[in-house]
Amino acid sequence: MSANPKDRHKKYHSYLAKRVNQISPSGIRRFFDLLASMEGVISLGVGEPDFATPWHITEKAIESLEKGYTMYTSNLGMPELRQELSRYLKDNYNLAYDPDSELLITVGVSEALDLTIRAILNPGDEVIMPDPCYVSYSSCVILAGGTPIMVPTNQKNNFEISAADIEAKVTNKTKAILIGYPANPTGAVMPRDKLAQIADVARRHQLLVISDEIYARLVYNVEHTCFATLPGMKENTIFLGGFSKAYAMTGWRIGYAAANKEIIASMTKIHQYTIMSAPTMGQVAAIEALKSGEDSSTEMVEEYNRRRMVIVKGLNDIGLPCFEPRGAFYAFPSIKSTGMTSEEFAERLLIEEKVAVVPGSAFGQCGEGYVRCCYATSLADIEEALSKMKRFVAKYRKV
Amino acid sequence: MIKEILKILENDAQTTTKQISTMTSTPSAEVAKLIKQAEKDRIILKYKTVINWEKAGEEQVWALIQVKITPQPDVGFDSMAERIYRFPQARTVYLVSGTYDLLVLVVGKTMHEVADFVSQEIAHIEGVQETITHFLLKRYKEDGEILEGEEGIKRQPVIL
Repeated sequence: MSANPKDRHKKYHSYLAKRVNQISPSGIRRFFDLLASMEGVISLGVGEPDFATPWHITEKAIESLEKGYTMYTSNLGMPELRQELSRYLKDNYNLAYDPDSELLITVGVSEALDLTIRAILNPGDEVIMPDPCYVSYSSCVILAGGTPIMVPTNQKNNFEISAADIEAKVTNKTKAILIGYPANPTGAVMPRDKLAQIADVARRHQLLVISDEIYARLVYNVEHTCFATLPGMKENTIFLGGFSKAYAMTGWRIGYAAANKEIIASMTKIHQYTIMSAPTMGQVAAIEALKSGEDSSTEMVEEYNRRRMVIVKGLNDIGLPCFEPRGAFYAFPSIKSTGMTSEEFAERLLIEEKVAVVPGSAFGQCGEGYVRCCYATSLADIEEALSKMKRFVAKYRKV
Repeated sequence: MIKEILKILENDAQTTTKQISTMTSTPSAEVAKLIKQAEKDRIILKYKTVINWEKAGEEQVWALIQVKITPQPDVGFDSMAERIYRFPQARTVYLVSGTYDLLVLVVGKTMHEVADFVSQEIAHIEGVQETITHFLLKRYKEDGEILEGEEGIKRQPVIL
């Protein structure tokens, strides 16, 4: 055994799978390490609700634990949860999914996305997605042996992905279009007519559409369009959703996929061999959320909306132009006036003012020049962060 | 719009007109006008602070008094209630359904003081048939705020 730690590192590196080495450990790792080492930071970084799970939901899970519901569930998820979910999707979107064959309960949307991609991709298949987008989209595709094809989006177009830009990237290897609106990190929401144009492209080229709608419930003064409700799209859409954001249930780890039964069956094969079943207590909590979580959810959405108004106006006022995000809980201001890269900006802001934001570059090349500010945090913190950012921007502003 | 403003103020009375204006996309002058009107209409009664006096080192004795009233000709519950709520010691007075009629929340410096108030003042009011006094032993939650043991939610420093 070599005593030199460097040699040892080399040795282990050689054991690792090539496709794992292929995905870059987030380029802003250093920044996160720095953040973890600091105290008293106001964080606009964490992408999760700052509310605790509504008590009636938690209460049901506690009750189930007391009764001894601590075993595996069906691979697909508890029948009652699938039935409630089927009802929910019918009531909200008028979509009829068979609870026994067209719904799969997963460990958050993260697992649902991974399963979807592994279930449909062959090596070399291409998946078209917006840039910037949520960090796991491209990595999941690469891990499955596919190639992510990025379509640039920009502030001028409110970070909406255009059907024409998608179509320009279609090749004979294209398998699917992967979109996630309302979007992380931009907060963009796609209007129905523009989604319909994407549906046309999918139809013309016989592509699947993977639609990550985890933020569906968090929209402000606009309506969310569920992609599968577009004419003829239900059969070709893999619709992903979950409980984390709408009901403040991130730690419970419950998401779902709704799709054609053959796709769900293939996803279930992977799921049963790798995960078995989603956490039982989380599923019990999810049933309660679907049955009577609407009011608590609405209350949280109203509160996010108030904070959204404050942060968007605040960012614009201090000289960080920010388009109005209509969904999720992120503001995505441009920091170009400082002349810094987004990583530099985030790192210096953290060190000098103890405010954490996420560099836009973490979400793709087109995120460069922007930072993601999550407003799922108290109003007092938002106000304080804004005043610190104001001082910071004033100091470094070019022009 | 006024209901949205009221919700914001109920949660935090210190929210400024300017902040409310931003949150609701309503001009500041309009917000100020609506608040003024709500104050005038006594929809907004008062702006106060929820304080944990015990933590501040100030002993207070609270008691819930159940008051049973003997119905009398020409004297309604409202006027009976008024005779009680005129006392500053009676912080909260409700008319309730069930085995008694008025629920009175009383505060004093000592148990003795509270007991005196009940026996000397409330019990002596004509028409008061019976009182039952429950001294408060511990306050867990006040006006929607948990007083002890709540340290906020524990978010881990994850980022994406």
